[in-house]
Amino acid sequence: MIRLLLGIWQVFLHLFAPRATVSYPEQRVYVPPRLRGRIILSRDPSGAERCVACYLCSAVCPVDCIALQSAEDETGRRYPEWFRINFSRCIFCGLCEEACPTLAIQLTPDYEMSEYRRENLVYEKEDLLIDGPGKYPDYDFWRVAGVEIGGKEKGEAENEAPPVDLRDLRP
Amino acid sequence: MAVWVHLAIIVVVLAGAMVAAAGLTWGERRGLALLQDRWGPNRVGPLGVLQPVADGIKLILKEDWVPPGADRLVFVLAPCVILTTTLLSFSILAFAPGLVVADLNVGLLFFLAMSSLGVYSLALAGWSSGNKYALLGGLRAAAQMLSYEVFMGLSVLGVVLMAGSFNLTKIVEAQQHLWFCVPQCLGMVIFFLAGLAETRRIPFDLPEAESELIAGYHSEYSGMKFGLFFIGEYLGVMVISALMVTLFFGGWQGPLLPPVVWFLLKTVAFVGLFILLRAALPRVRYDQLMAAGWKIMLPLALLNLVVTGGVLLAAGPPAP
Repeated sequence: MIRLLLGIWQVFLHLFAPRATVSYPEQRVYVPPRLRGRIILSRDPSGAERCVACYLCSAVCPVDCIALQSAEDETGRRYPEWFRINFSRCIFCGLCEEACPTLAIQLTPDYEMSEYRRENLVYEKEDLLIDGPGKYPDYDFWRVAGVEIGGKEKGEAENEAPPVDLRDLRP
Repeated sequence: MAVWVHLAIIVVVLAGAMVAAAGLTWGERRGLALLQDRWGPNRVGPLGVLQPVADGIKLILKEDWVPPGADRLVFVLAPCVILTTTLLSFSILAFAPGLVVADLNVGLLFFLAMSSLGVYSLALAGWSSGNKYALLGGLRAAAQMLSYEVFMGLSVLGVVLMAGSFNLTKIVEAQQHLWFCVPQCLGMVIFFLAGLAETRRIPFDLPEAESELIAGYHSEYSGMKFGLFFIGEYLGVMVISALMVTLFFGGWQGPLLPPVVWFLLKTVAFVGLFILLRAALPRVRYDQLMAAGWKIMLPLALLNLVVTGGVLLAAGPPAP
Protein backbone atom coordinates (compact mmCIF):
# COMPACT_ATOMS: atom_id res chain seq x y z
CA MET A 1 0.00 0.00 0.00
CA ILE A 2 2.78 2.41 0.96
CA ARG A 3 4.70 1.42 -2.14
CA LEU A 4 1.61 2.04 -4.23
CA LEU A 5 1.37 5.57 -2.89
CA LEU A 6 5.11 6.08 -3.41
CA GLY A 7 4.66 5.01 -7.01
CA ILE A 8 1.83 7.48 -7.50
CA TRP A 9 4.02 10.19 -5.98
CA GLN A 10 6.85 9.32 -8.36
CA VAL A 11 4.47 9.66 -11.30
CA PHE A 12 3.32 13.00 -9.93
CA LEU A 13 6.92 14.24 -9.81
CA HIS A 14 7.18 13.53 -13.52
CA LEU A 15 4.92 16.53 -14.02
CA PHE A 16 8.04 18.62 -13.52
CA ALA A 17 10.52 16.40 -15.35
CA PRO A 18 12.05 17.52 -18.65
CA ARG A 19 10.00 16.58 -21.69
CA ALA A 20 10.99 13.77 -24.02
CA THR A 21 8.98 15.26 -26.87
CA VAL A 22 10.68 17.53 -29.40
CA SER A 23 8.18 20.21 -30.47
CA TYR A 24 8.95 19.58 -34.10
CA PRO A 25 8.44 22.61 -36.32
CA GLU A 26 9.94 24.94 -33.70
CA GLN A 27 12.61 22.60 -32.38
CA ARG A 28 14.38 20.15 -34.61
CA VAL A 29 16.28 16.96 -33.94
CA TYR A 30 19.90 16.64 -34.99
CA VAL A 31 20.01 15.07 -38.43
CA PRO A 32 23.07 12.88 -39.06
CA PRO A 33 24.72 13.66 -42.42
CA ARG A 34 24.29 10.07 -43.55
CA LEU A 35 20.57 9.93 -42.78
CA ARG A 36 18.70 8.21 -45.58
CA GLY A 37 16.19 10.81 -46.76
CA ARG A 38 15.14 12.36 -50.06
CA ILE A 39 16.90 10.76 -53.05
CA ILE A 40 18.81 12.92 -55.51
CA LEU A 41 20.79 12.41 -58.73
CA SER A 42 24.19 14.06 -58.64
CA ARG A 43 26.55 15.42 -61.28
CA ASP A 44 30.27 15.06 -62.05
CA PRO A 45 32.78 17.67 -60.95
CA SER A 46 32.65 18.69 -64.62
CA GLY A 47 28.90 19.24 -64.39
CA ALA A 48 27.77 16.27 -66.49
CA GLU A 49 25.19 13.82 -65.28
CA ARG A 50 26.67 10.88 -63.41
CA CYS A 51 23.85 8.45 -64.12
CA VAL A 52 24.65 5.95 -66.87
CA ALA A 53 21.16 4.40 -66.89
CA CYS A 54 22.37 0.91 -65.98
CA TYR A 55 19.05 0.05 -64.28
CA LEU A 56 20.82 -1.43 -61.24
CA CYS A 57 18.98 0.88 -58.84
CA SER A 58 15.69 0.04 -60.45
CA ALA A 59 16.49 -3.68 -60.28
CA VAL A 60 17.59 -3.65 -56.65
CA CYS A 61 14.73 -1.51 -55.40
CA PRO A 62 12.66 -3.77 -53.12
CA VAL A 63 9.47 -1.78 -53.65
CA ASP A 64 9.96 -1.04 -57.35
CA CYS A 65 9.67 2.69 -56.94
CA ILE A 66 12.41 3.64 -59.43
CA ALA A 67 11.70 3.71 -63.16
CA LEU A 68 13.92 5.04 -65.94
CA GLN A 69 14.59 4.83 -69.65
CA SER A 70 18.15 4.69 -70.98
CA ALA A 71 19.43 6.49 -74.03
CA GLU A 72 22.81 7.09 -75.70
CA ASP A 73 24.29 10.38 -76.75
CA GLU A 74 26.47 10.91 -79.87
CA THR A 75 29.67 9.89 -78.03
CA GLY A 76 28.17 6.59 -76.93
CA ARG A 77 27.61 7.62 -73.34
CA ARG A 78 24.48 6.24 -71.75
CA TYR A 79 22.19 8.58 -69.87
CA PRO A 80 18.62 8.33 -68.57
CA GLU A 81 16.07 9.76 -70.97
CA TRP A 82 13.70 10.05 -68.06
CA PHE A 83 14.12 9.04 -64.45
CA ARG A 84 11.22 8.73 -62.06
CA ILE A 85 11.06 7.90 -58.35
CA ASN A 86 7.71 7.35 -56.71
CA PHE A 87 8.32 8.55 -53.16
CA SER A 88 4.93 7.34 -51.99
CA ARG A 89 6.35 3.83 -52.33
CA CYS A 90 9.99 4.50 -51.44
CA ILE A 91 11.03 3.02 -48.10
CA PHE A 92 14.36 4.89 -47.97
CA CYS A 93 16.35 1.68 -47.59
CA GLY A 94 19.35 3.06 -49.50
CA LEU A 95 19.90 -0.06 -51.61
CA CYS A 96 19.82 2.04 -54.79
CA GLU A 97 22.68 4.14 -53.46
CA GLU A 98 24.70 1.01 -52.70
CA ALA A 99 23.97 -0.50 -56.11
CA CYS A 100 24.91 2.58 -58.11
CA PRO A 101 28.27 2.03 -59.92
CA THR A 102 28.75 5.73 -60.66
CA LEU A 103 27.69 7.17 -57.27
CA ALA A 104 25.00 9.08 -59.12
CA ILE A 105 21.99 8.26 -56.96
CA GLN A 106 22.39 9.40 -53.35
CA LEU A 107 20.20 9.72 -50.28
CA THR A 108 20.25 13.08 -48.50
CA PRO A 109 19.33 14.05 -44.92
CA ASP A 110 16.22 15.95 -46.08
CA TYR A 111 13.09 14.27 -44.74
CA GLU A 112 10.50 17.06 -45.05
CA MET A 113 8.73 16.09 -48.23
CA SER A 114 5.08 15.73 -47.20
CA GLU A 115 2.45 16.50 -49.82
CA TYR A 116 -1.31 16.85 -49.78
CA ARG A 117 -1.62 15.10 -53.15
CA ARG A 118 -0.16 11.68 -53.74
CA GLU A 119 0.75 12.53 -57.34
CA ASN A 120 3.11 15.21 -56.13
CA LEU A 121 5.26 12.53 -54.53
CA VAL A 122 6.27 11.22 -57.96
CA TYR A 123 9.57 12.99 -58.65
CA GLU A 124 10.77 13.33 -62.25
CA LYS A 125 14.36 13.68 -63.40
CA GLU A 126 14.34 17.47 -63.22
CA ASP A 127 13.17 17.24 -59.59
CA LEU A 128 15.84 14.70 -58.70
CA LEU A 129 18.88 16.12 -60.49
CA ILE A 130 20.98 18.52 -58.47
CA ASP A 131 23.73 20.79 -59.73
CA GLY A 132 26.59 19.48 -57.57
CA PRO A 133 28.47 16.26 -56.92
CA GLY A 134 26.68 15.44 -53.69
CA LYS A 135 28.63 13.44 -51.12
CA TYR A 136 31.59 12.64 -53.42
CA PRO A 137 33.02 15.94 -54.65
CA ASP A 138 35.99 14.54 -56.64
CA TYR A 139 34.63 11.37 -58.15
CA ASP A 140 34.25 11.20 -61.92
CA PHE A 141 33.16 7.80 -63.22
CA TRP A 142 34.39 8.30 -66.79
CA ARG A 143 37.87 9.17 -65.55
CA VAL A 144 38.32 5.78 -63.81
CA ALA A 145 36.08 3.50 -65.86
CA GLY A 146 37.56 0.95 -68.25
CA VAL A 147 34.89 1.66 -70.80
CA GLU A 148 35.42 2.88 -74.32
CA ILE A 149 33.30 5.74 -75.50
CA GLY A 150 33.48 8.32 -78.25
CA GLY A 151 36.56 10.50 -77.71
CA LYS A 152 38.21 8.13 -75.18
CA GLU A 153 39.86 4.81 -75.92
CA LYS A 154 40.26 2.07 -73.30
CA GLY A 155 43.16 2.66 -70.96
CA GLU A 156 43.34 6.39 -71.51
CA ALA A 157 41.49 7.40 -68.40
CA GLU A 158 42.93 8.43 -65.03
CA ASN A 159 43.99 5.44 -62.83
CA GLU A 160 43.32 3.11 -65.76
CA ALA A 161 45.87 0.55 -67.01
CA PRO A 162 46.10 0.03 -70.80
CA PRO A 163 44.13 -3.01 -71.97
CA VAL A 164 45.79 -6.41 -72.18
CA ASP A 165 46.81 -7.58 -75.65
CA LEU A 166 44.72 -10.72 -76.10
CA ARG A 167 47.02 -12.21 -78.77
CA ASP A 168 50.19 -11.95 -76.70
CA LEU A 169 51.09 -14.71 -74.24
CA ARG A 170 53.90 -12.78 -72.48
CA PRO A 171 53.22 -11.58 -68.97
CA MET B 1 -36.72 32.00 -6.03
CA ALA B 2 -37.97 33.52 -9.28
CA VAL B 3 -38.53 31.14 -12.16
CA TRP B 4 -36.06 32.87 -14.46
CA VAL B 5 -33.31 32.62 -11.85
CA HIS B 6 -33.96 28.91 -11.63
CA LEU B 7 -33.93 28.58 -15.42
CA ALA B 8 -30.67 30.52 -15.56
CA ILE B 9 -29.13 28.13 -13.01
CA ILE B 10 -30.25 25.13 -15.06
CA VAL B 11 -28.79 26.57 -18.26
CA VAL B 12 -25.53 27.53 -16.57
CA VAL B 13 -25.10 24.11 -14.93
CA LEU B 14 -26.03 22.19 -18.10
CA ALA B 15 -23.82 24.28 -20.37
CA GLY B 16 -21.03 24.31 -17.81
CA ALA B 17 -21.16 20.54 -17.40
CA MET B 18 -21.08 19.89 -21.14
CA VAL B 19 -18.30 22.38 -21.80
CA ALA B 20 -16.31 21.06 -18.85
CA ALA B 21 -16.75 17.47 -20.03
CA ALA B 22 -15.55 18.42 -23.51
CA GLY B 23 -12.70 20.36 -21.97
CA LEU B 24 -11.84 17.39 -19.81
CA THR B 25 -11.15 15.28 -22.91
CA TRP B 26 -8.40 17.78 -23.59
CA GLY B 27 -7.47 18.13 -19.94
CA GLU B 28 -7.05 14.42 -19.46
CA ARG B 29 -4.93 13.96 -22.57
CA ARG B 30 -2.83 16.96 -21.62
CA GLY B 31 -2.52 15.90 -18.00
CA LEU B 32 -1.62 12.32 -18.87
CA ALA B 33 0.95 13.57 -21.33
CA LEU B 34 2.51 15.89 -18.78
CA LEU B 35 2.73 13.04 -16.29
CA GLN B 36 4.41 10.88 -18.93
CA ASP B 37 7.08 13.44 -19.93
CA ARG B 38 5.23 14.39 -23.11
CA TRP B 39 3.45 17.58 -24.14
CA GLY B 40 0.06 16.29 -25.24
CA PRO B 41 -2.25 18.09 -27.68
CA ASN B 42 -0.92 21.67 -27.75
CA ARG B 43 -1.49 22.78 -31.33
CA VAL B 44 -5.14 23.72 -31.75
CA GLY B 45 -5.60 27.13 -30.20
CA PRO B 46 -3.59 28.44 -27.24
CA LEU B 47 -2.14 25.45 -25.32
CA GLY B 48 -4.39 23.24 -27.43
CA VAL B 49 -7.60 24.14 -25.60
CA LEU B 50 -9.56 24.10 -28.86
CA GLN B 51 -8.69 20.42 -29.37
CA PRO B 52 -12.18 19.32 -28.17
CA VAL B 53 -13.72 21.51 -30.88
CA ALA B 54 -11.62 19.81 -33.52
CA ASP B 55 -12.44 16.41 -32.03
CA GLY B 56 -16.13 17.26 -31.95
CA ILE B 57 -16.16 18.33 -35.59
CA LYS B 58 -14.35 15.14 -36.51
CA LEU B 59 -16.73 12.91 -34.51
CA ILE B 60 -19.84 14.58 -35.92
CA LEU B 61 -18.61 14.33 -39.50
CA LYS B 62 -17.92 10.60 -39.13
CA GLU B 63 -20.24 8.09 -40.73
CA ASP B 64 -23.03 7.14 -38.33
CA TRP B 65 -22.59 3.40 -38.62
CA VAL B 66 -24.62 0.66 -36.98
CA PRO B 67 -23.08 -2.79 -37.37
CA PRO B 68 -25.16 -5.45 -39.11
CA GLY B 69 -26.50 -7.84 -36.49
CA ALA B 70 -26.87 -5.07 -33.94
CA ASP B 71 -30.14 -4.25 -32.26
CA ARG B 72 -30.61 -0.84 -33.87
CA LEU B 73 -32.93 0.81 -31.37
CA VAL B 74 -31.04 -0.29 -28.26
CA PHE B 75 -27.71 0.37 -29.94
CA VAL B 76 -28.68 3.99 -30.56
CA LEU B 77 -30.36 4.51 -27.19
CA ALA B 78 -27.59 3.07 -25.01
CA PRO B 79 -25.13 6.00 -25.26
CA CYS B 80 -27.96 8.46 -24.63
CA VAL B 81 -28.83 6.72 -21.37
CA ILE B 82 -25.41 7.14 -19.77
CA LEU B 83 -25.25 10.78 -20.80
CA THR B 84 -28.73 11.48 -19.45
CA THR B 85 -28.29 9.73 -16.12
CA THR B 86 -24.92 11.35 -15.48
CA LEU B 87 -26.24 14.78 -16.43
CA LEU B 88 -29.20 14.25 -14.09
CA SER B 89 -26.73 13.64 -11.27
CA PHE B 90 -25.49 17.19 -11.80
CA SER B 91 -28.89 18.54 -10.84
CA ILE B 92 -28.40 17.71 -7.15
CA LEU B 93 -24.91 19.17 -6.80
CA ALA B 94 -24.75 22.23 -4.57
CA PHE B 95 -22.11 24.48 -6.12
CA ALA B 96 -22.67 27.33 -3.68
CA PRO B 97 -25.38 28.40 -1.23
CA GLY B 98 -28.51 28.60 -3.42
CA LEU B 99 -26.69 27.61 -6.61
CA VAL B 100 -28.28 24.20 -7.05
CA VAL B 101 -30.68 22.97 -9.72
CA ALA B 102 -32.81 20.67 -7.55
CA ASP B 103 -32.40 21.05 -3.80
CA LEU B 104 -33.81 17.58 -3.16
CA ASN B 105 -34.18 16.35 0.38
CA VAL B 106 -33.03 12.93 -0.89
CA GLY B 107 -30.29 14.33 -3.13
CA LEU B 108 -27.71 11.69 -2.31
CA LEU B 109 -30.19 8.87 -2.89
CA PHE B 110 -31.06 10.44 -6.24
CA PHE B 111 -27.38 10.37 -7.20
CA LEU B 112 -27.08 6.70 -6.19
CA ALA B 113 -30.20 5.88 -8.21
CA MET B 114 -28.89 7.69 -11.28
CA SER B 115 -25.48 6.07 -11.14
CA SER B 116 -27.19 2.68 -10.83
CA LEU B 117 -29.29 3.41 -13.89
CA GLY B 118 -26.11 4.18 -15.80
CA VAL B 119 -25.24 0.50 -15.80
CA TYR B 120 -28.15 -0.15 -18.16
CA SER B 121 -26.38 1.91 -20.75
CA LEU B 122 -23.21 -0.18 -20.63
CA ALA B 123 -24.89 -3.56 -20.37
CA LEU B 124 -27.32 -2.78 -23.19
CA ALA B 125 -24.59 -1.26 -25.36
CA GLY B 126 -22.53 -4.43 -24.97
CA TRP B 127 -25.51 -6.66 -25.60
CA SER B 128 -26.95 -4.80 -28.59
CA SER B 129 -23.64 -4.54 -30.47
CA GLY B 130 -23.74 -8.16 -31.63
CA ASN B 131 -20.07 -8.53 -30.76
CA LYS B 132 -18.46 -10.98 -28.33
CA TYR B 133 -16.01 -8.50 -26.89
CA ALA B 134 -18.69 -5.90 -26.45
CA LEU B 135 -20.89 -8.44 -24.70
CA LEU B 136 -18.07 -9.43 -22.36
CA GLY B 137 -17.42 -5.76 -21.63
CA GLY B 138 -21.10 -5.20 -20.93
CA LEU B 139 -21.20 -8.19 -18.58
CA ARG B 140 -18.15 -6.98 -16.73
CA ALA B 141 -19.60 -3.49 -16.49
CA ALA B 142 -22.82 -4.85 -15.03
CA ALA B 143 -21.06 -7.05 -12.47
CA GLN B 144 -18.53 -4.38 -11.50
CA MET B 145 -20.95 -1.51 -11.17
CA LEU B 146 -23.52 -3.52 -9.23
CA SER B 147 -20.84 -4.81 -6.82
CA TYR B 148 -19.35 -1.40 -6.22
CA GLU B 149 -22.73 0.29 -6.04
CA VAL B 150 -23.45 -1.63 -2.86
CA PHE B 151 -20.68 -0.27 -0.71
CA MET B 152 -20.68 3.10 -2.43
CA GLY B 153 -24.10 3.57 -0.89
CA LEU B 154 -22.89 2.22 2.46
CA SER B 155 -19.78 4.39 2.50
CA VAL B 156 -21.72 7.65 2.26
CA LEU B 157 -24.17 6.61 4.99
CA GLY B 158 -21.63 7.59 7.64
CA VAL B 159 -21.71 11.12 6.27
CA VAL B 160 -25.49 11.05 6.17
CA LEU B 161 -25.60 9.92 9.81
CA MET B 162 -23.29 12.73 10.87
CA ALA B 163 -25.07 15.40 8.85
CA GLY B 164 -28.53 14.05 9.59
CA SER B 165 -29.69 14.62 6.03
CA PHE B 166 -29.48 13.33 2.46
CA ASN B 167 -29.63 16.91 1.22
CA LEU B 168 -26.24 18.02 -0.13
CA THR B 169 -26.66 21.62 0.99
CA LYS B 170 -27.31 20.43 4.56
CA ILE B 171 -24.34 18.07 4.37
CA VAL B 172 -22.05 20.93 3.38
CA GLU B 173 -23.44 23.15 6.10
CA ALA B 174 -22.83 20.39 8.65
CA GLN B 175 -19.11 20.54 7.81
CA GLN B 176 -18.71 24.14 8.95
CA HIS B 177 -16.35 23.27 11.81
CA LEU B 178 -14.79 20.01 10.69
CA TRP B 179 -14.65 18.53 7.20
CA PHE B 180 -15.98 14.98 7.15
CA CYS B 181 -12.73 13.73 5.62
CA VAL B 182 -11.35 13.59 9.20
CA PRO B 183 -14.01 11.57 11.06
CA GLN B 184 -15.06 9.69 7.92
CA CYS B 185 -11.64 9.05 6.39
CA LEU B 186 -12.39 5.36 5.91
CA GLY B 187 -15.69 6.20 4.24
CA MET B 188 -13.87 8.72 2.06
CA VAL B 189 -11.33 6.19 0.79
CA ILE B 190 -14.04 3.60 0.14
CA PHE B 191 -16.23 6.13 -1.63
CA PHE B 192 -13.34 7.25 -3.81
CA LEU B 193 -12.44 3.68 -4.81
CA ALA B 194 -16.08 2.91 -5.50
CA GLY B 195 -16.25 6.09 -7.55
CA LEU B 196 -13.25 4.98 -9.58
CA ALA B 197 -14.99 1.68 -10.30
CA GLU B 198 -18.31 3.39 -10.93
CA THR B 199 -16.82 5.64 -13.60
CA ARG B 200 -14.84 2.71 -15.04
CA ARG B 201 -11.52 4.50 -14.67
CA ILE B 202 -8.10 2.91 -14.45
CA PRO B 203 -7.29 0.88 -12.32
CA PHE B 204 -10.88 -0.42 -12.53
CA ASP B 205 -11.46 -0.01 -16.27
CA LEU B 206 -12.14 -3.70 -16.86
CA PRO B 207 -15.32 -3.15 -18.91
CA GLU B 208 -13.30 -1.35 -21.55
CA ALA B 209 -9.92 -3.04 -21.06
CA GLU B 210 -8.14 -2.29 -24.32
CA SER B 211 -5.62 -5.08 -24.05
CA GLU B 212 -8.17 -7.85 -23.57
CA LEU B 213 -11.54 -6.61 -24.87
CA ILE B 214 -10.54 -4.15 -27.64
CA ALA B 215 -12.71 -1.42 -26.13
CA GLY B 216 -15.28 -3.49 -24.25
CA TYR B 217 -18.87 -2.39 -24.48
CA HIS B 218 -18.16 0.45 -26.93
CA SER B 219 -16.09 -1.61 -29.37
CA GLU B 220 -18.68 -1.18 -32.12
CA TYR B 221 -19.41 2.48 -31.52
CA SER B 222 -18.04 5.22 -33.71
CA GLY B 223 -18.70 8.85 -34.41
CA MET B 224 -20.73 10.90 -31.98
CA LYS B 225 -22.29 7.84 -30.33
CA PHE B 226 -18.78 6.92 -29.18
CA GLY B 227 -18.35 10.56 -28.22
CA LEU B 228 -21.44 10.35 -25.98
CA PHE B 229 -19.90 7.44 -24.08
CA PHE B 230 -16.80 9.50 -23.52
CA ILE B 231 -18.66 12.61 -22.49
CA GLY B 232 -20.64 10.36 -20.14
CA GLU B 233 -17.46 8.99 -18.62
CA TYR B 234 -15.98 12.44 -18.09
CA LEU B 235 -19.24 13.75 -16.65
CA GLY B 236 -19.11 10.78 -14.28
CA VAL B 237 -15.58 11.69 -13.24
CA MET B 238 -16.70 15.23 -12.52
CA VAL B 239 -19.76 14.10 -10.55
CA ILE B 240 -17.67 11.77 -8.39
CA SER B 241 -15.09 14.51 -7.83
CA ALA B 242 -17.79 17.02 -6.97
CA LEU B 243 -19.39 14.54 -4.55
CA MET B 244 -16.03 13.85 -2.91
CA VAL B 245 -15.74 17.59 -2.34
CA THR B 246 -19.32 17.92 -1.16
CA LEU B 247 -19.39 14.92 1.16
CA PHE B 248 -15.90 14.92 2.62
CA PHE B 249 -14.10 18.17 1.84
CA GLY B 250 -16.46 20.87 2.94
CA GLY B 251 -18.07 21.64 -0.41
CA TRP B 252 -17.98 25.36 -1.15
CA GLN B 253 -16.51 26.30 2.22
CA GLY B 254 -13.17 28.04 2.28
CA PRO B 255 -11.65 31.39 3.17
CA LEU B 256 -11.33 34.53 1.02
CA LEU B 257 -12.43 33.22 -2.39
CA PRO B 258 -16.12 33.08 -3.37
CA PRO B 259 -17.87 29.74 -2.61
CA VAL B 260 -18.24 28.69 -6.27
CA VAL B 261 -14.53 29.17 -6.86
CA TRP B 262 -13.70 27.03 -3.84
CA PHE B 263 -16.05 24.31 -5.00
CA LEU B 264 -14.62 24.29 -8.54
CA LEU B 265 -11.02 24.40 -7.29
CA LYS B 266 -11.52 21.39 -5.04
CA THR B 267 -13.35 19.52 -7.80
CA VAL B 268 -10.56 20.20 -10.27
CA ALA B 269 -8.07 18.86 -7.74
CA PHE B 270 -9.97 15.58 -7.53
CA VAL B 271 -10.29 15.35 -11.30
CA GLY B 272 -6.52 15.77 -11.35
CA LEU B 273 -6.24 12.90 -8.89
CA PHE B 274 -8.31 10.72 -11.23
CA ILE B 275 -5.89 11.54 -14.06
CA LEU B 276 -2.86 10.95 -11.85
CA LEU B 277 -4.18 7.51 -10.86
CA ARG B 278 -4.73 6.69 -14.50
CA ALA B 279 -1.14 7.59 -15.28
CA ALA B 280 0.28 5.70 -12.31
CA LEU B 281 -1.64 2.47 -11.80
CA PRO B 282 -2.02 -0.71 -13.84
CA ARG B 283 -5.38 -2.35 -14.34
CA VAL B 284 -6.39 -4.85 -11.63
CA ARG B 285 -7.34 -8.41 -12.46
CA TYR B 286 -11.03 -9.27 -12.59
CA ASP B 287 -10.98 -11.67 -9.63
CA GLN B 288 -8.98 -9.12 -7.64
CA LEU B 289 -11.60 -6.51 -8.42
CA MET B 290 -14.47 -8.70 -7.26
CA ALA B 291 -12.61 -10.04 -4.21
CA ALA B 292 -11.60 -6.55 -3.12
CA GLY B 293 -15.15 -5.35 -3.56
CA TRP B 294 -17.00 -8.06 -1.68
CA LYS B 295 -14.40 -9.30 0.83
CA ILE B 296 -12.64 -6.09 1.85
CA MET B 297 -14.59 -2.99 0.87
CA LEU B 298 -18.06 -4.16 1.85
CA PRO B 299 -17.06 -5.30 5.39
CA LEU B 300 -15.03 -2.12 5.85
CA ALA B 301 -17.95 0.04 4.74
CA LEU B 302 -20.27 -1.82 7.12
CA LEU B 303 -17.74 -1.45 9.94
CA ASN B 304 -17.47 2.26 9.24
CA LEU B 305 -21.24 2.59 9.32
CA VAL B 306 -21.59 0.63 12.56
CA VAL B 307 -18.81 2.53 14.33
CA THR B 308 -20.16 5.90 13.18
CA GLY B 309 -23.63 4.97 14.30
CA GLY B 310 -22.38 3.71 17.67
CA VAL B 311 -20.33 6.82 18.34
CA LEU B 312 -23.22 9.10 17.39
CA LEU B 313 -25.58 7.10 19.58
CA ALA B 314 -23.18 7.34 22.51
CA ALA B 315 -22.75 11.09 21.95
CA GLY B 316 -26.47 11.61 22.15
CA PRO B 317 -28.71 13.60 19.78
CA PRO B 318 -26.90 16.42 17.92
CA ALA B 319 -27.52 19.99 18.95
CA PRO B 320 -30.25 21.47 16.75
